[in-house]
Amino acid sequence: MGHPKILPCGDSAVAVEFGSVIDPLINREVYALFNKLKAEPPLGLIDLIPTYRSLLVQYDPTVLSFKDLQKIVFSFSELSGGAAETVGRLVEIPVCYGNAYGPDLKVVADYLHLTEEEIIEIHSKAVYQVYMIGFTPGFPYLGGLDPRLFAPRKKVPRELVPAGTVGIADQQTGIYPIDSPGGWQLIGRTPIKLFDLDREEVFYLKPGDRVKFNPISEEEFEHH
Amino acid sequence: MNTIRIIRPGPLTTVQDQGRYGFQDRGVPVSGAMDQTAYRLGNLLAGNSGKDASLEITLGGFTAVFLRDTWFAVTGAEQEARLNNKIIPTWTAHQAAKGDVLSLVFGRKGARWYLAVAGGFEVPLVMGSRSTYLRGGFGGLAGRALRKGDVLESGPPIRPGIFSSLPAEFIPIYSREPILRVVLGPQDDAITAEGLATFLTADYSVTQRSDRMGCLLAGPPIRHKTGPDILSDAMAFGSIQIPGSGQPIILMADRQTIGGYVKIATVATVDLPLIAQAFPGYRVQFKAIGIEEAQELYIKKEKQIALWF
Repeated sequence: MGHPKILPCGDSAVAVEFGSVIDPLINREVYALFNKLKAEPPLGLIDLIPTYRSLLVQYDPTVLSFKDLQKIVFSFSELSGGAAETVGRLVEIPVCYGNAYGPDLKVVADYLHLTEEEIIEIHSKAVYQVYMIGFTPGFPYLGGLDPRLFAPRKKVPRELVPAGTVGIADQQTGIYPIDSPGGWQLIGRTPIKLFDLDREEVFYLKPGDRVKFNPISEEEFEHH
Repeated sequence: MNTIRIIRPGPLTTVQDQGRYGFQDRGVPVSGAMDQTAYRLGNLLAGNSGKDASLEITLGGFTAVFLRDTWFAVTGAEQEARLNNKIIPTWTAHQAAKGDVLSLVFGRKGARWYLAVAGGFEVPLVMGSRSTYLRGGFGGLAGRALRKGDVLESGPPIRPGIFSSLPAEFIPIYSREPILRVVLGPQDDAITAEGLATFLTADYSVTQRSDRMGCLLAGPPIRHKTGPDILSDAMAFGSIQIPGSGQPIILMADRQTIGGYVKIATVATVDLPLIAQAFPGYRVQFKAIGIEEAQELYIKKEKQIALWF
């Protein structure tokens, strides 16, 4: 594994980029560096944002110079070469597909020349990997979508996507944790709260977790 | 201890502090004061640590009554502040007596004011910060903007009244036509040479669609080499995205942690207050500087403040 690219994002952050594609090996490198920097934070480290293929390192340039940060990142990323295989928890998430809960299920089915039932079957059969959490509190970006379900984003994003909505976009699927705007195709909704400040585990999913969707009926959704 | 009651909150007043760090890896935006310089200096004037919570008051129309004797300071936009209807200087520590009425009338330059009181405003810490995140509905006072009749408490004063006012060189010079220094990247190579030249020479105006999340600009479109989408990655305070429309978006305090548009540049930290204070109609220009220069400017300013306080 060669050195990652270090791209300055202004004077107080750098993106450490390990690649340019969605790939579990690249993502593992990202989290290896994230975990090392979290375990041994250099003085002046402010915050870290891991993504599919890069780690944003926010730092205080009055304490930590760009050059020193670069050295630390290179030494850590050398150590993390060939990061250990880690398998997260398998989390099952109930989803009520279609109708009011998944208003785009039919749109996607028509676009992909599949039936709604086929979409549900394909989407709920796979096991997904949580590649990163971002956008809004607790939003999981899930990789591992069956290529038969690749569909583009909406041309015009919705102003309000209700919390719990399951969407697909390009090669990804994900779940909206809070009411927010959104441009993904909405195929279902889960009664599970992905972000809940009143719960001990505020965030339902963690990066590295694996997710499987279980189809449920509207009655099951209402009584969950 | 009850410290103030809101009589008129104005269009948007929220509790903010230095921001919510440590949870961006789980999608939680930093939030915090838009103009960190004005926020921090206000706190220091009120005798606070610099991390205590203040009120961020947007576009004036604000009136509040003090419910007890305290120290306070108003910083931020170039404006008129009145205590019991008498004009008082901003960027200065003042004493308020129980029953005194503070009003913030209008801003000649700048959109945001900070009211700091001795001891800082006491609202519950959520994930280590008192900042309000409106879209998430948490932080600050019940996760919402302040309303008429709200009463805010403050903590015990630490060392009030040590500094009465600030040297002039500390006070940011806000402008209706700010020139923002930027560091190019991380995806400036996705922009055509012509697009890059446009970005660095054209005037952009701040649009109505600007808020605490981002500042949307309008002007000559900036063209991409192939397209506006990248594999989604993370944002910094001041990241400038170029979506398909070619119109720049500057990511601000409530920015989403991850996004999928090309980022042409990032605003230098020292110039973030200038864009934090912009409102619709302001005209913005960009000037590229190197990362070392941006850091030197920032370090110089931080040293100056550290020496004084």
